[in-house]
Order: sequence, then C-alpha cells, then structure tokens
Amino acid sequence: MKKLSNEQLIEFYKNMLRIRRTEEKLMEVFSAGEIQGFLHVSVGQESAPVAICANLNDDDYIGTTHRGHGYAIAKGIDLNRAMAELFGRKAGYCMGRSGSMHLADLSKGVMGANGIVGGGIPIVVGAGFAAQYKGTTQVAVSTFGDGATNEGAFHEAMNLAAVLNLPVIFLCENNGWAEFSPRPIHCKIENLADRAASYGMPGVIVGNDVIEIYQACAEAVARARAGEGPTFIEVKNDRWHGHFVGDAQKYRGKEKVDAAMAKDCIKDLENLLLKEKALKKQDIENIEKSIADELEAAVAYARECAYPDPSEMADGLYV
Amino acid sequence: MKDIRYIFAIKEAMQEEMERDENVFLMGEDVGLAGGSFGASKGLFEKFGEKRVIDTPISEAGFTSLAAGAASCGLRPIIEIMFMDFVTCCMDSVVNQIAKMRYMFGNQYAMPIVVRMPEGGGQNAGPQHSQCLEAWFAHVPGLKVVMAANPYDVKGLLKSSIRDDNPVIFIENKTLHAMKGQIPEEDYLIPLGKADIKRVGSDVTVVTASRLVNDSLKAADQLEKEGISVEVVDLMTIQPWDRETVFNSIGKTHRLVVAHEAVKQFGFGAEISAAVNEELFDELDAPIFRVGAPFVPIHYSLEKSYVPGVEDVKKAIMAAMG
Repeated sequence: MKKLSNEQLIEFYKNMLRIRRTEEKLMEVFSAGEIQGFLHVSVGQESAPVAICANLNDDDYIGTTHRGHGYAIAKGIDLNRAMAELFGRKAGYCMGRSGSMHLADLSKGVMGANGIVGGGIPIVVGAGFAAQYKGTTQVAVSTFGDGATNEGAFHEAMNLAAVLNLPVIFLCENNGWAEFSPRPIHCKIENLADRAASYGMPGVIVGNDVIEIYQACAEAVARARAGEGPTFIEVKNDRWHGHFVGDAQKYRGKEKVDAAMAKDCIKDLENLLLKEKALKKQDIENIEKSIADELEAAVAYARECAYPDPSEMADGLYV
Repeated sequence: MKDIRYIFAIKEAMQEEMERDENVFLMGEDVGLAGGSFGASKGLFEKFGEKRVIDTPISEAGFTSLAAGAASCGLRPIIEIMFMDFVTCCMDSVVNQIAKMRYMFGNQYAMPIVVRMPEGGGQNAGPQHSQCLEAWFAHVPGLKVVMAANPYDVKGLLKSSIRDDNPVIFIENKTLHAMKGQIPEEDYLIPLGKADIKRVGSDVTVVTASRLVNDSLKAADQLEKEGISVEVVDLMTIQPWDRETVFNSIGKTHRLVVAHEAVKQFGFGAEISAAVNEELFDELDAPIFRVGAPFVPIHYSLEKSYVPGVEDVKKAIMAAMG
C-alpha cells in the first residue's frame, strides 16, 4: 500500500472541498436561472473522484455519467471554461453545446460526461483499447452509478474489457439510488462487486473514505498499467441531494436524506487532519477563501462570455 | 483492369487502407478467424494478426461504442455489423454517441469510424435479416450514409469512407456480394457526397442507390427499345446527397422517379421528392413517382414479390411519362 503523506491528504481535502463548493455554487446559479437544462450534483460523493484522479496522469482517460462534475474537476479541467460551458457560452469547453451533461476536455483526458446511463462505459473501454493498441501505459477509467450496472452496455463493456485484457478501471459509485428507485427495486444483490467475478476480473468493495478508495484505485491502476487487465471497484456511498437539482425526493423521505447528510467524507478527512494537527482552523478558512474567490471569478468570467451565434450552430458538424 | 467480385473488392479496400495506415483496424463478430460471415475479411486475420483484426463477443453495442472511444483517441476503426438488422442492438452507440460525440464535445476531435453492414433481401432470410434501414441514419445529423451498387464503386467508396474523418454508415447489399466487375489495378478513390450518372438519358431521371441502380439500368435498357430515354443517377452517398447532380438532371428531363429497396414510406426517396418539390417545382412536367417495398416486414416465402425490381421501376417510369 502506498503511504500517504499529510501534504497529500491536505491536497485531497482541498480538491474534495473544491468539488463541493463548485457544485454548491452551481446549484445557486442554477436556481437563479442562470444555468439551463438539467443539473445533477454529487454532493457527499466527492471522495471517489479525488481518490481515482490522484492515481492518474493527464494523458490517462476518464469518462463519467451525467453526475460527472467531480471527476472533471479532479482530473484538472479549467473552472473558467467549465463554468462558461454550463452557462452555455461559446468559450465553454464544448462551445456551449453540452452544458453540464456532456462536459469534456480531451486535453486532460476527460472524455466527456454521458447523458445515457451506461452508454459511456464501452466508450471508455475503447480508450483502454487505444492505449493497448498503441502500446502505451495509459489507463482508462469509467465511472458510473449502481443504476448503470443494469444496462446491457455495462455487461458488454465489462466482458469486452476482460476478454481483450484492457487497461480499464470500472469505478462504480453505489449510492443506493437509480434515479428515483432504491437498490432493492433494481437489483437483487447488495454488493455489485459480486458481478465482477462473472466477467473474470477482480471486484473490490470500499467505503466512502478517500484514503480507502485511493488505495483500491492505486492497486487497480497498477494492475492495468502492468497489462494485467481491468478491475471493478464498488464505492459504497450515499446521495445527499435528489437525482437532479430541484428533485424534492418525496420518494425518499426526510429521515433517509438526513441520514445520508450525517455522513460526510469531507468532514471525516477534515477531522482527521485537525486531529493530526496537519491543518489548523485558520488553514481551513484560507482554503475556503481561496476556493470562494476562484468560483466568484469563474462565474464572473462565464457571465461575461458571449453566447454562440445561431449562424454558428452547424459549425464543425462535419469535417 | 481486373475482374473482381463485390465482396473481394470490400476486402481489397480494407486491406489497402490497413497497409496504408497502421491506425486502421477491423472489429466485429467472426471477422477474424472465420474471415467474416460473408467472407469480406478473408485472409486479413492471417495478414494483420489479432491486434488489428479483432473477433468480438456478440456485443454490437459494446464493440461499436468501443470503436467510438478508440476513434476519439486517434484510431480509425472499421466495424462490421453482420446484418444491418443487428444495428438495432447498437442504436445508442450509433445515434447518441458516434453521431454526436464530435459536435457535442465542441469539435474537440474527429470521429473516423466506418460501420459496415449488409442490407437487403435475396436470401429469404426473413423479417430480421433482410431490412434496408438507411433512411434512419440519413435522418441523424453527424452521420454520413454510403451505398455501393457494384464492385468498382464499393472499393472506391469504402476507401474514401475509411479515410474520412466523419462517421460513415457503409451499406453493402447481400445480393451484390457475388457480383463481378472490373476495377483498376492501381489505387483509386470515389469521393463521398457525389452522385454518379450511371446512364445518360433525356426523358426521365431515376434517382436510386445500391441494388436498385442495377435494376434501374436494366429497366432503362428495356425502355430504350420503346423510345424512352432514361437517365439513371446513382446517389452513392445518401447523406449528404448530391443535390446539384440530381437537380441538373431533372432540369434536363423534367421527370423524376426515385427507387430504393427499402419500404417506400419515409424512405430516402421521400426526402429527394420533397426537396425537388421545394426547389424545382416549376421544372416538373409530371408528378414524382416512388419505387420501394410495401409497408410490411419483409416476407420469408414471398420475398420475390416483396422486393422491388426492374418491373417496378419500369412501371414508375411509364407512369411519369404519362
């Protein structure tokens, strides 16, 4: 196991907090009507993105679902251009064509969030295929939720990655909810990692602890880079908010939401760092201030950017 | 020049492009060891090995999206869907992913994929192994749709499709696989998006593609004896289709028949007809007539009466001639 230094853990903490505050800011501007369409946030689930991305290089690939802000941020996208995209502006990563649900930055290996549940999984397997084909040591990470594991695309992708022995990590966040339906409605088994064995790959279960997830990811990434094939990792976590921002979660009940919110992966790490005296209260305030300034600047930037012109709508549809 | 069958012209196109560019690979069910269900990749596995000619599980959605991911990382996949009917198993891959990925992600990369598939009747293979679904794909922005009517065209069009940076739905026709024709010994390409006037005529234009090109040529030969001069325009690329060549031909003949094997309703002929109505209404001396299959699933034992052919084209031409 890789030993993590306090500096690394502080970095984890900053990155997790940056994701949380970004999504909170997004919820604020979304509610104010500045962002259109759908917004799916991953508040309470910031540990997995930070843990996996700490094991990746810029040229490694990651592909996410509609709930993908955290991974894009942890992989290193520029917040100004990401914010511009969510604001639908031309200067955004996708020229204002994608919004939240398809955010991508291929220069950082962010292959794009996918609006089709499970649809992105085999695409990421293709990135792993390309790495193997070219003989590089790059890896490809597909992240998705428990709901996606009931899609045919998941099954086909897992099987293909296994038979072709591809450098792929399947990172499943089992937050217990497939949109508005709890796990027992959509899946008979409790541990989705049990499925891995049927494809001939290791299946690992971890909790929502960033250090624990980091260690599991480190092992899976090392296996993939060494040509030993794919790994399935199941992270057991919980969704604080609804399927989308604005979802009143009547199907879930206040007790369950309160119970989810009582578990906070960021607070857990913060308490550890305070206890270890690696961080002081003042440090935390400074980190918060720096993130808040960055987000204010990103929102200000996005607001100033121009919308694409209707005359440009078809630009680059064909090359 | 040399004689070659349609199916081997497909193989030659793939082989030459794989020799030319190491990023080109072929993937699909039974394309490797077995040489392809129709023999289109015979010998390629032996020549290029398992790295570049990849047998997959029966997982159309999985390997088609895999190809999309590989293409976004700089490779140039050729995917074989065994029968066009099976593309329904990967419609998410083709329609939501491949067609949109480049555009949706702000033109960050190219999406050079060729999805090859044979369509059409001719084998009495029944409702799930004989469909002609090209219009579906022509309706989705981001895709190109190509259909080839003979060995010369299939090779030149496939090579251009492999070199194209856009996703191409490349539709072969099962009844044409055994067709013989002449092709040059040397390298040649046929540009996408350009129609080909297969026969020059002055009385009526038949706009068509794939197998119906050959049937339309036969119909034209027969009608010549009756004094009717038919111009046959092979679209070759259904999307984007060559409006200029089609419009110029109608400007000359003032009559139009559109013919395809697919079900007539909502087929690509409807789009050609609508566009001509919008743009060239004053040029027309007669209503536009369409040839296509009846609006029922393709019939196992009645396949011959189901599939449109020479007589149907002749009838439509006679109707247009009044």
